[in-house]
Amino acid sequence: MDYNFHWRPVFRDLPDLVEAGFVTLQVAVLSMLIGMACGIVLAIMRMHGSAPLRWVAVSWIELARNTPALFQLFFFGFGLGAFGLHLSPFLIVLCGLTFNNAGYLAENFRGGFQAIPETQMRAARSLGMTAAQAYIRIIIPQVLRLVYHPMTNQMVWAVLMSSLGMLVGFRELSGETQFFASRTFRIFEYFAVTAVIYYVIVKFILGSSRLLAFRLFRY
Amino acid sequence: MESSLNFFTGFKVLDLLFLGEAAARTLLISGISIASGTVLGVLFGWLLYEGRIFGSLTLAPVLDVFRSVPLIIQLVLFYNFAPIIGLSLDPFACGAAVLTIYTAALVANVARGGIEAVAMPLRRASRSLGMTYWQDMMYVVAPIGMRTVFPAWVGVALGVMKDSALVSVLGYIELLKASQILITRTQEPFLILAVAGAFYFALSFPVARFADRLEQRWSQ
Repeated sequence: MDYNFHWRPVFRDLPDLVEAGFVTLQVAVLSMLIGMACGIVLAIMRMHGSAPLRWVAVSWIELARNTPALFQLFFFGFGLGAFGLHLSPFLIVLCGLTFNNAGYLAENFRGGFQAIPETQMRAARSLGMTAAQAYIRIIIPQVLRLVYHPMTNQMVWAVLMSSLGMLVGFRELSGETQFFASRTFRIFEYFAVTAVIYYVIVKFILGSSRLLAFRLFRY
Repeated sequence: MESSLNFFTGFKVLDLLFLGEAAARTLLISGISIASGTVLGVLFGWLLYEGRIFGSLTLAPVLDVFRSVPLIIQLVLFYNFAPIIGLSLDPFACGAAVLTIYTAALVANVARGGIEAVAMPLRRASRSLGMTYWQDMMYVVAPIGMRTVFPAWVGVALGVMKDSALVSVLGYIELLKASQILITRTQEPFLILAVAGAFYFALSFPVARFADRLEQRWSQ
């Protein structure tokens, strides 16, 4: 083994890498929030929608779950280019991740909705709430509590998936690392540090979600 | 009339063959990784279960790393680390090795869940009937545990099949990389991506459906 590790350039660029880590976190959180909203709508569409609505929901969900995330990113990146629609790298990653998250979350939400007794809905309606009110004030809060843990997992997946941004030219943590690594050819050192940063981000998410659960579910 | 040079050529029938070959390579690398990763993962799962505190202090954090770092980073790291320790691996071997460990890390938890799903009184009963530890494992734990976690395992296997698309960063030409090459040449991204996506979908969707149905039938 006659390889000399050079960590100095990595530590010099460490502040930039950490900053890129925040970009990763930002795109993951954003895609998660939009994905949750889409996921709830998709789940309701799949359960109660008319035939065309249900068809849209089912095909979105199944496409998101049965094709690689990278394929979905490429689709938003190159595929839409065929129609003259060119998204910025940030939007490509955001759309791809949101599409994927919404598909997986919709199935979680569907399980959650089915676990809520039907009487909850009927009671809310007979108290004079409209259907929308009943969903927003009665059903969805309970569902969110039920699917809290799958949602945490999905959040972790979103962070890990955002690393694919590297392949569509988005400068989040992985993209930034590749940029620096190709400047110095210290590929191993740079990616080793990036792996550590990802590990810290994931542990941070899991830890804070546990704290949040502690605060939210102490009834 | 047409004097400008054209660098792009249209999508030909022969290109379908190219895509098919690439699809076979996707199947090959994911098949090998899933098979070897499952064997390794079941072993790890058994170690986690029997290791108790020791296992959850040593093996579990190591496996956890593989689930907390993006696969793409793992691939790049290993591909650049192998030459440092004097291994010269081609992209296929490298990708298969990383995917195997990744699968094993995911399957380990599934396998441990399977062993834990078998009620302890049942196992005590088999032991008091005179079965040895391994007989108990083979004839009692394996059939019952496998039933409970089979759908989860199918999920992991399909996930790895889809994640095998990432091996393209090392230069291994699997389905998605092949479609990217074709897109560069033909400038018909929508058609080619649709073909590639349809292939993944055709592979993943029926298996996922089958596992769902099995889960429903077994849970009755």
